[in-house]
Amino acid sequence: MNAASPLLSVRGVETYYGNIIALRGVDLDVHVGEIVTLIGANGAGKSTLMMTICGSPQARTGSVTFDGTDITRMPTHEIMRMAIAQSPEGRRIFPRMTVLENLQMGAGVTDLSHFDEDLQKVYELFPVLKARRNQRGGTLSGGEQQMLAIGRALMSRPRLLLLDEPSLGLAPLVVKQIFAAIAELNRTEGLTVFLVEQNAFHALKLAHRGYVMVNGSITMNGTGAELLAREEVRAAYLEGGRH
Amino acid sequence: MATTSPSRRPAAELVKDAAYSALIALALAAPIIGLQTVTARGGLGLNARWDDVFLIVLAVFAGRLLLNFTIWRHQGARPIGQKWFQRAGGRPFARHGHTLSKIIGPLALAVALLLPALPFSDRYVMDLSIMVLTYIMLGWGLNIVVGLAGLLDLGYVAFYAIGAYSFALLATHFDLGFWICLPLAGILAAFWGVILGFPVLRLRGDYLAIVTLAFGEIIRVVLLNWYEFTGGPNGILGIPDPTLFGLEFARRGDNTFHEFFGLSYSSMHKIIFLYYIILCLALITNFVTLRLRRLPVGRAWEALREDEIACRSLGINTTNTKLTAFAIGAMFGGFAGSFFATRQGFISPESFTFIESALILAIVVLGGLGSQVGVVIAAIVMMGGFEYFREFEQYRMLIFGLAMVFIMVWRPRGLISTRSPSVILKERKAIGADLVGQGHG
Ligand SMILES: Nc1ncnc2c1ncn2[C@@H]1O[C@H](COP(=O)(O)OP(=O)(O)OP(=O)(O)O)[C@@H](O)[C@H]1O
Ligand SMILES: [Mg+2]
Repeated sequence: MNAASPLLSVRGVETYYGNIIALRGVDLDVHVGEIVTLIGANGAGKSTLMMTICGSPQARTGSVTFDGTDITRMPTHEIMRMAIAQSPEGRRIFPRMTVLENLQMGAGVTDLSHFDEDLQKVYELFPVLKARRNQRGGTLSGGEQQMLAIGRALMSRPRLLLLDEPSLGLAPLVVKQIFAAIAELNRTEGLTVFLVEQNAFHALKLAHRGYVMVNGSITMNGTGAELLAREEVRAAYLEGGRH
Repeated sequence: MATTSPSRRPAAELVKDAAYSALIALALAAPIIGLQTVTARGGLGLNARWDDVFLIVLAVFAGRLLLNFTIWRHQGARPIGQKWFQRAGGRPFARHGHTLSKIIGPLALAVALLLPALPFSDRYVMDLSIMVLTYIMLGWGLNIVVGLAGLLDLGYVAFYAIGAYSFALLATHFDLGFWICLPLAGILAAFWGVILGFPVLRLRGDYLAIVTLAFGEIIRVVLLNWYEFTGGPNGILGIPDPTLFGLEFARRGDNTFHEFFGLSYSSMHKIIFLYYIILCLALITNFVTLRLRRLPVGRAWEALREDEIACRSLGINTTNTKLTAFAIGAMFGGFAGSFFATRQGFISPESFTFIESALILAIVVLGGLGSQVGVVIAAIVMMGGFEYFREFEQYRMLIFGLAMVFIMVWRPRGLISTRSPSVILKERKAIGADLVGQGHG
């Protein structure tokens, strides 16, 4: 693969819910080895963009390309088998299944020959999951559930990890822990991460590059540090939100 | 009493709850009290007693309402029927539930295998056991759809009917035997499971329930009205008995079981043979279900029950997952149906009313959705209970309805509510290797 061409590229994507437009022509690139964050207010369309990448809902116009393949019209389950993994908004772990079973579901659809190895990696990243491996997912704390959601996504050996608001409803200390884990994955494994966040301060500090979405359109983009320094970003997303 | 404290449940909720109880009582009372079967020559006749049903439903409603407004007023008693499938959270995994079913399973199996040899096993006990086993098998079959995949199916009896009619029609028109028709009936039922599955792919919960209910009724109404093909309300007579490697269980014939083994003729031979057939069929259902639970498709079913969106985000094809659940559940319903046809020798649409679906569903829910042992206990308790209280005639449904209400209050998630994991750490390596071999298939 050409190193210069992005791993994920979103071009002119418009997504509708019925007749209501949610994304108004979004362009976005994620290169190999990058952490890219998307920030924006509630209802801006961040989750919609993430779900559009996954094909549910599908973009009405525009294109989504992953690793040179056009995935705009592919069914979700096929997209999710293309080395893309997702931790969806609200975590969505399987509450009645044990931690171990949840992790196995993450690995379930692809080659299972390296299940044990991947499991150990996830346990190293989040040791608490190992301690709770036989506990039912629904009985985990919010932070543990988020770790499980990320761990489950990692079990499929993704090249691109999509994370939708992993910090949602978590204590600052746990947020730090989770973001540290993401940084470590990126540094040691070279994992490419697309991170949707409300927590703009932490997200922009973590990310190499960031995009700002307002009302279904990208209004700004730049490196994390650049965006953090910009007055508009500070005013809109950081006041009172720094923790 | 007059002051309302915030912990009190609102009156509307209490009434709704009582109405749910009444509905369950109706579902149960209608077949057992409402329809009395009278054996006529060469078939079954029906005797309707709807006023008794009405009284029972009224009694359950009033009783539940009374309790709701007195004893249960302040407690957080969960209304019956509320959010069957929302079982998130709750208590951590109870280990003893797992070991309990480990003991009960083999014990029940041993009793079941030896039952015909036990001293008290007369014709009555065997007939009752055959009926209980049929419902256990149906419960296990429906458990795949409702308990594992979380798809609320109120029309399961349709597949039971399809299995029964497939065998009856093939046997009477083409002179085929039970053993050839059994797989065919299963395949046909599975085919119709897929037919039902397609239009309901996007539906869940209440909507799915309504459509499946309608499907069950459509099948029954077609059977009732397609006179030339199904015999309409007269049903189909003269369905052959199963044979044991060609040996017939008749008094006279060229190749009879008792002559071959040099025994004197006994009508019990056939009953015991039927008993072992349904025992085998039920055990196969159970074995296949337990096996599938550990394979990717079974784990996908359970994941689907838990969270459909998460399923898709993990690359699971939810369409195929649903269709296989419907098809495999239907297939076992079809097997049970052809067994029913061969046992009765006569079938008519009357045997496949909605009440049967409700009864099977009640067994699954009462047993604890997804629990195999729970289904056995619930089927024995329900069917045994009906028989035991037979002397009390019209009161037995009342007793039964009350018992059911109490069980659902006492254990809102069914008798066996703990789900045993399909992967346990001890076995992790073994299962991991297991899946490597089978995961691709
Ligand atoms: N399933 C849906 N049907 C109709 N409209 C929807 C649906 N999902 C989202 N929307 C609408 O699309 C818009 C974008 O929603 P989206 O969930 O993408 O926002 P978001 O940026 O993720 O917000 P948040 O930070 O609160 O999660 C909102 O106006 C929302 O109401
Ligand atoms: Mg969102």
